[in-house]
Amino acid sequence: MKNAWHKVLFSFALVLMFALAACGGNEEESEENADSGENESDSSKTIEFMHLWPEGSSKQHHEIVNSIIDEFESDHPDVTVDVEILGNEQYKEKLKVLSTSNELPDVGMTWAAGFLDPYVSGNMFAPLDDILEGPLKDKFVAGTAEAYAIDDVTYGLPLELNITPLFYNQRIFDENGVEVPETFEELKEVIQTLADNGVTPVALGNKDRWTGSMWYMYLADRIGGPEVLNNAINRTGSFEDPALIKAAEKIQELVDMGAFINGFNGLGNDEAKGYFINEQAAMYLMATWDLPEWTTNEDNPQEFRDSVEYTKFPTVEGGEGDINSYVGGPGVGLFVAENSDVKEEAKEFVTFFVEKWGERSVTDAGVIPATVVDTEGLDLPQMYIDILNDLNEASNLTLYADVQMSAGVADVHLDSIQALFGEAITPEDFVKQQEDALAAEE
Amino acid sequence: MNKVMSNKAVIALYVLPAFILIVALIYGPILITGYYGLMDWDGIGEMTFVGLENYSQLIQDGQFWQSAKHSFLLAFFSTLSLVPYLAISLILAGKIKGSDLLRKIYLIPMLLSSVAIAQLWVKIYDPNNGMLNSFLTMVGVENPPSWLADTNLVLYAIFVAILWQYAGFYIIIYYAALKGIPETLVEAAKIDGANPIQIAYKIKVPLISGVIKVTVVLAIVGSLKYFDLIYVMTGGGPNGASEVIASYMYKKAFDTFDFGYGSAIAFFLLIITLVVTWITRKLTASEDEVQY
Repeated sequence: MKNAWHKVLFSFALVLMFALAACGGNEEESEENADSGENESDSSKTIEFMHLWPEGSSKQHHEIVNSIIDEFESDHPDVTVDVEILGNEQYKEKLKVLSTSNELPDVGMTWAAGFLDPYVSGNMFAPLDDILEGPLKDKFVAGTAEAYAIDDVTYGLPLELNITPLFYNQRIFDENGVEVPETFEELKEVIQTLADNGVTPVALGNKDRWTGSMWYMYLADRIGGPEVLNNAINRTGSFEDPALIKAAEKIQELVDMGAFINGFNGLGNDEAKGYFINEQAAMYLMATWDLPEWTTNEDNPQEFRDSVEYTKFPTVEGGEGDINSYVGGPGVGLFVAENSDVKEEAKEFVTFFVEKWGERSVTDAGVIPATVVDTEGLDLPQMYIDILNDLNEASNLTLYADVQMSAGVADVHLDSIQALFGEAITPEDFVKQQEDALAAEE
Repeated sequence: MNKVMSNKAVIALYVLPAFILIVALIYGPILITGYYGLMDWDGIGEMTFVGLENYSQLIQDGQFWQSAKHSFLLAFFSTLSLVPYLAISLILAGKIKGSDLLRKIYLIPMLLSSVAIAQLWVKIYDPNNGMLNSFLTMVGVENPPSWLADTNLVLYAIFVAILWQYAGFYIIIYYAALKGIPETLVEAAKIDGANPIQIAYKIKVPLISGVIKVTVVLAIVGSLKYFDLIYVMTGGGPNGASEVIASYMYKKAFDTFDFGYGSAIAFFLLIITLVVTWITRKLTASEDEVQY
């Protein structure tokens, strides 16, 4: 009998062991920073840091981050930084999931405005005004850190700044004898000529929806001036403004002309970009985060990179917007978790990170930082210098609409954009849907 | 040992680990989801109790019913596709040359991850450079459709990929079941002069009817909660033309931060699945298992 009991206990232990092993399986997922785990002692503190630049897809970013962390760790021997890296979409999902169980990393990346909102109202992010008033005072380009403020309290420190120029392929333009358009009428002529010659005028990956939103936002800006869309979103105006309807009509005009690549509503942005890089499309409206693709990325053929030029989005005749107004916004920023048990160290880390990032991001990764850059003496491709200079002349920067809106309304906006481009709804219904969604939230 | 096994405490001890896991990971979350469904909650901040408001909103939500329609369409086609799978298995299980190799070929899609399959089909369906449209252009079709961007075609384009993905799974189940039929029965039928079609139809299929019923339930339930390829290939677009219940739920909960509503959809999906499973079992129930 005793023997039998032994067997029972033994097999029970075995079962339990498997169960536990299965539970522990996930831990390997987190990618540890190679050098971080070594000098751990009882007094050492660990900052968990989650970012979204995997080595594979964002190599230069990845390397800068690693070297900043190394530098920080050697300055602060009692602090280790524990890194977890995920791709963009997975990162967003994981952040949401972690926040529901109140297990956010001490430091992580966030986006401005609408993305931030639920986290702030859920009291998940720590206010960072003390840093903005202190060590990083006047370091940011005006208007960038503000995008991370809710009720005048700032919860994120921006790392990137992006504007959205219209990139075009000079070789294709030359071959078809078209000039760079400066007005919407000229743009339409260019598109018509290209379409008649069997060239795809514009690469657009509208499965992702925000890509189409950029086109719409620019037309709204050029027709109604920079405030119309902002006012509609912040409820001092209405989305049923005539300028916003007219912008939607212009979009469908372009669609009818065959301006956008065949099947654009089913293509992702990466696929659309592929068409532009393969020189199968003449124009591509995209933010400056893609600048390395057109300048330094060795994976793209030299002839292609030589033929890519950019222009400001054309003005619309009789419209109120001027050509120096941009659609854009700060990209990702850093947050510190409110419930972090190493908050002081985390704040020190983000301050250090923002400073070092600002010094290195343009030259090393081709990312325009949200901190002020002195272009004097910088060794950069000409396109960067031009864009940094354009930025100094910018009359306005309109934050991406889906970023400005709360998540629920942003989804309505993006769905409406896809429907508008697919001609599934009229311009009137297009604005009405969004007006209703915005009004319902007031 | 027998004494030990009849001891109630020991039985409990053995059952306990699995029981704890299944409660903690499956039944617990189901109950919690049901509870969240009664809340107005953005997933992060305060929860407010709203009773059945989410459900009454759900009943009136046209987008939800459209995605439900798509899910049921998928269930219908998945069930229908079992017929050719069964036919293929009957042929494979008969003694034909190379059946072993063919069986493995059919199984390959099962071994690929859903995301890889999705990427593969996205490439095939690419409107300009894709394999399918290149082929169509080659054989002289002008303006071939832009599959995943066409609101009328996108759902069926994805269905093809889904049915392809699961073909091997059902074929292998049928194949195994058919191999379990005693050879003597088939031989007896042959001696009585039955032709292969009669053997298949009158002997083999009735004998594996239990397995067929199970696959019907699997196909229907699997379709109703289907998510993977839809999410990766189109994200439910364009304009909701390929949205199914699970992708709509995901969108509501995780893209628009409406966890309460998302939970309500999830719970409703569970109820739909349970009801449909019950109905399916009722409809396919027969008086007796066939035996010879």
